[in-house]
Amino acid sequence: MAILSRIQVRLGFSKIQIFQKVENSLPWDKDKVMTSQSPIIIIGNGIAGTTLARNIRKKSRQAILIISKESDYFFSRTALMYVYMGHLKWEHLEPYEKGFWQKNKIDLLNAEVTNINAKEKVVVLANGQHLSYDSLVLATGSTPNKFGWKGQDLENVQGLYTKQDLEQLTANTPNIQQAVVVGGGLIGIELVEMLHSRGITASFLVRENHFWSKVISPHEGEMIERHIRAHGIDLRMNANLIEIIPDENGKAASLLTDQGDIIPCQMVGLTAGVRPNIDFLKDSGLEINRGILVDQYLATNLPDVYAIGDCAELRSPLAHRHAIEAVWYVGRMMGETLAQSLTGKPTAYTPGHWFNSAKFFDIEYQTYGQISPRATQEENHFCWKHQTENCMVRLAYHAKSRLFLGINTFGIRMRHEVFDQWLKEKAKIDTVIENLSKANFDPEFYAQYEPQIQAQWHSQLV
Amino acid sequence: MAQSTRLNSSHGKNIGLIIGLTGLALLFYPFFSASFSSSTAGFISSLVLISLGTILYSERLYHGTIPGIKNNGVWFDGLSARGLLGWFVGIALTGFYIALYFYPETLGYNSKGSTGLVAFFDPLSLTLNGKPATQWFVYGTLYTLAILIFGVKFIIKYRHNRYQIIRTLSVMFFQLGFAFLIPELLALFHPDTPYFAKDLKNMWPLNYYFFESWHIKNMLTGGNLGLFMLLSGVAMIFIVSPILTYLYGKRWYCSWVCGCGALAETAGDPFRQLSSKKISVWKLERWSIHVVLVLVFLTTIAVIWSFLGSNPDLSSFSRETFVIGVVSFLALLMGIIYFFKRKEMDKDALYSMITIGCVIAGTITIQAFSGEKNILFIKSYTLTKWYGFGIGAAFSGVLGVGFYPILGSRVWCRFGCPMAAILGLQQRLLSRFRITTNGGQCISCGNCSAYCEMGIDVRAYAQKGQNIVRSSCVGCGICSAVCPRGVLKLENGPVANRTNLPEFPLGNKL
Repeated sequence: MAILSRIQVRLGFSKIQIFQKVENSLPWDKDKVMTSQSPIIIIGNGIAGTTLARNIRKKSRQAILIISKESDYFFSRTALMYVYMGHLKWEHLEPYEKGFWQKNKIDLLNAEVTNINAKEKVVVLANGQHLSYDSLVLATGSTPNKFGWKGQDLENVQGLYTKQDLEQLTANTPNIQQAVVVGGGLIGIELVEMLHSRGITASFLVRENHFWSKVISPHEGEMIERHIRAHGIDLRMNANLIEIIPDENGKAASLLTDQGDIIPCQMVGLTAGVRPNIDFLKDSGLEINRGILVDQYLATNLPDVYAIGDCAELRSPLAHRHAIEAVWYVGRMMGETLAQSLTGKPTAYTPGHWFNSAKFFDIEYQTYGQISPRATQEENHFCWKHQTENCMVRLAYHAKSRLFLGINTFGIRMRHEVFDQWLKEKAKIDTVIENLSKANFDPEFYAQYEPQIQAQWHSQLV
Repeated sequence: MAQSTRLNSSHGKNIGLIIGLTGLALLFYPFFSASFSSSTAGFISSLVLISLGTILYSERLYHGTIPGIKNNGVWFDGLSARGLLGWFVGIALTGFYIALYFYPETLGYNSKGSTGLVAFFDPLSLTLNGKPATQWFVYGTLYTLAILIFGVKFIIKYRHNRYQIIRTLSVMFFQLGFAFLIPELLALFHPDTPYFAKDLKNMWPLNYYFFESWHIKNMLTGGNLGLFMLLSGVAMIFIVSPILTYLYGKRWYCSWVCGCGALAETAGDPFRQLSSKKISVWKLERWSIHVVLVLVFLTTIAVIWSFLGSNPDLSSFSRETFVIGVVSFLALLMGIIYFFKRKEMDKDALYSMITIGCVIAGTITIQAFSGEKNILFIKSYTLTKWYGFGIGAAFSGVLGVGFYPILGSRVWCRFGCPMAAILGLQQRLLSRFRITTNGGQCISCGNCSAYCEMGIDVRAYAQKGQNIVRSSCVGCGICSAVCPRGVLKLENGPVANRTNLPEFPLGNKL
């Protein structure tokens, strides 16, 4: 009994301590969200907007309103494919239960914003309603590129980005036999995998001469291409779309390529990249280039208006990085960063070392640091490929200083933390290869390829 | 080309299905025909047809596919998505369990000479243990068969994943050898010893009758083998299990050795995604598991207590010594938890302490208010009978397996198994096991959570960059397998900082 009561005292005490800590830093209580003042309005409930809202709520009691025309609740956009393939149901895509938003006093509104007025500090909804904001954050994401192809707006021609795209695809593809996907990026290969999972014969047109050539090497591309073809996909490299040809009902029936081929199809997927989804902001007074231009604090040219995620374009991008990075992780980090600024601690967007991941059918891909598709005089590459398995690693290092720059890994999982540490410490390539097994993240009992990799490294050094 | 392969494949699948169903029909034919006389040939061909059919079906199902995750259409299929077929199978299984536990005579069981389905198994039973089959022999045989044939299916499905292959071979081995063949053969070679559980791996409290008076008595009077089973049983509980759980987490038992786990991981695999991930269900799970823990401890303590009173000649210590021993042991355990966890006293540690506290209070109450033949004014026989009914039959059998296609494959393990509860308590508080989250790589896709058979919302941790250390995790490794971005890894490492929550996932310089 004595022990029990002492625990209670102890727990009670620690509760008071936690409470006091919050009291000291910011005087707010979750149940007392300020409603007298205008809210922070976030347009877009994707990873950027949602991360921002969550992180503001950790530190402030200011009212928050997220507006989305796409969905009632935040969902994982990167997982849309799994719903179509039957791995998941829509509800699995939502990382937070419905009560989460209420509990954290984050208001949600499913509505379309048609314009913003920075002078009046209001957003205008499609139904004519005006909503005042204290700060406004644009996190409107991307929209699929269309390059003025003939037939690009036919009923069964579509991109894959939104919840509505998924619904359209689900409606358009039952009982069809053939489809063509145009554009060899990450969304393109996902769409091909989706169609394939439902027994639809897919043709895959890739403009470049090797797959995902902006990011991976010809050697890596070749492995992926072989894997795509092994699934029975009609992969066509160096192929461009000329025209989508409709039937008498106005639906796409075939597709003409610049190689002179006519491919019959009952659906066309356009996945030639994405661009910021900002058309509705043309007359808002925002400075816009390809995306909404923002400074290092993610602020636009208008007062109290910010932009984060896919729709934001950095005026001065960081070294070795792009002005627009339409990537899940970037959206998340921009959301985390801006949350600091909006809760009284102005913070510049300074992401750490680059990392990314993808999955090409059954081949997993991860990357850490900077690695170009091709080696140069300055940037040397070391590449290892398993003789039969789809396992491959490529490491980049500075030719003179032997500084490790980055890695692409296929079919072998590697630890983010270890590579982040090596990049931070400016480790040499020799250290990285010597300790490569420390970074291995494959499940237990998997074959370990590090000895092979190291042996090849040493044999090439001689 | 692709289309013709698909046609061939579905053709072969159907042939497999027909062969398997023929075998099953053969098995249940005697069920409907009372005049059926058992024949060895019929019995063997039935089991062979079931096995061949299932394995052919599985081989054809994945034939010509490239190794990788095979979850296409899981939520479109009536069987795996709680559709009509799922409900049908669920009701059929539940019916079988109700017959098995409560109306074995409907299966043909008769203590004076069985007929029907039970008699059908006589040839195998006579070969293995020298006696005619009982309904439990029928169940044990079918159970083991299901683990073996669906184990083969699982291995084909996960042929790219060595953790899954080795783990599945392990559960198949332990089921066939330790749970089925060895106990049966021991019965054959020691026909005169009274009944006691001869399955070395079936330990208390999963084997809830281990400490019941008839069982202890039978072990004590069962010669060297009985004594060995008693001592090894106690050693498993107090020495082997804590060490293994510390080193590898509770997976060493729940998804590598245990028979319930074996069935869930093989025959139950198509249903793993049906477990609920709601926070409210997690709360229910915590309540349920702690109540079960208190019940199993108190029942066991009560049973031993009354055994000591009625069999002074068989025991070397008195009731009072026993109660003092139990209370001191539990108090020590509580003290240890408090001492090591007081700085990070989270809900789980507190719940564990409250649970132990209840058991201590209950034990003292038993000592104070029970008579010779009753425990707290209830006949001790009634107490164990109701526990056996509630936990042993209704929960583990009917609800646990019968409801596979409705509630998922681990309902029993998650809400009712006292063994999983104890191992889980240790896994949460003192073990090297964790599922590591790979820095900031999570994309919140939800595959890990959806395919967690224990209903853990794995993503909730992964997207924060936090490791997963949950008492219910059985370490099946499927979350890691289905993760498309290489974010999750089951591993054993230093206990310190296992559960650290970073302020932000790795990647941002904040």
